[in-house]
Amino acid sequence: MANPMRIRAAAKDGVTEVRVLMSHVMETGQRKDSSGAVIPAHFITELTAKHNDKVVLSAQFGPSVSTNPYLAFKFNGGAKGDKVVVSWVDNKGDSRTDEVQVA
Amino acid sequence: MKKTIMAVAIGAVALTAPNMQAMASEDLNFDAYRQMLADGNPAELFEMEGEELWRTARGPKNATLEQCDLGVGAGVVDGAAAQLPRFFADTGKVQDLESRLMHCMETLQGIPSAEIINGKFRQGERGKLASLVAYVVTHSNGKKVQVDLSHPKMKEMYDMGEKVFYYRTGAMDFSCASCHSQDGKRIRATQLPNITTSKGAAEGWGSWPAYRVSNSQFWTMQHRLWDCFRQQRTAEPVFASDVTIALSVFMAGKGNGYEAVWPGVKR
Repeated sequence: MANPMRIRAAAKDGVTEVRVLMSHVMETGQRKDSSGAVIPAHFITELTAKHNDKVVLSAQFGPSVSTNPYLAFKFNGGAKGDKVVVSWVDNKGDSRTDEVQVA
Repeated sequence: MKKTIMAVAIGAVALTAPNMQAMASEDLNFDAYRQMLADGNPAELFEMEGEELWRTARGPKNATLEQCDLGVGAGVVDGAAAQLPRFFADTGKVQDLESRLMHCMETLQGIPSAEIINGKFRQGERGKLASLVAYVVTHSNGKKVQVDLSHPKMKEMYDMGEKVFYYRTGAMDFSCASCHSQDGKRIRATQLPNITTSKGAAEGWGSWPAYRVSNSQFWTMQHRLWDCFRQQRTAEPVFASDVTIALSVFMAGKGNGYEAVWPGVKR
């Protein structure tokens, strides 16, 4: 089970800024451990952000994204109390969905 | 035709040259880089875990840490870290945040301190302790460091810390002061605070624990100090031993009155 994300969303002048901090190892599959064995790739592949039920951002992630990724983006619209839902899926099929109310 | 191409090529060189210079000075703009890092500090993930650990009943005694007294009353977390290390009457010792949390984990939860002292950084109970540190220091973020040095034991620790700070040892004959007694020094992109000044001491004390972006690890002050000893090529200190607490009292005491940025974020 993946650890929770920390999401913040703030609306200002008709634009909502969303900041997401994900907890993920984002292992590239290129590294070796101390005994020389390859550490298997384990990274987020897809990320979706929804405002209420409308998709506002859809992204493909890969092994070049850092450990514990941070993502910030803005979308038009959004008002205080609206729901922002962010979810990701990784290459091992693990997933995580968290939601927050727009402040 | 060839001439025109040459002219264009030279023109291009002339145009790019000033840009290159601008780039070089931009490369050295570490403050902008640090600002970018500070937005979305992944230390928050450790803080979230620490908050959970604080409230979760664990250990042989199946208790939470909510009755832990960090010096400002049982269970009070707000502002506690800004006043640590301090002298605790119940243990008769000067303790920093880590040793105090360790004490709480042993007395309240029954988790033996030896497990943490003999453990490894970022693993097992010592790793959990680091997350708890992240949680506690976040509740002192922006607070002024206010360490009370009036108790004789605190004075003793401060003096010992000062002595250790200037004590040259190890294969390189280094002291802490070798790297930390001049203004404006840095190692690669990392600025070295001048700990002989109050401002510098506060920059050092008030920016750890921190998340290190280069290795995706969260380091507590105990971890930072342990690594300073290692880099000094001298004997590595025992976790939460007097020498580490003495150095902490020295830095915190010298940095009194300055704001802490907790948890920090580093390259």
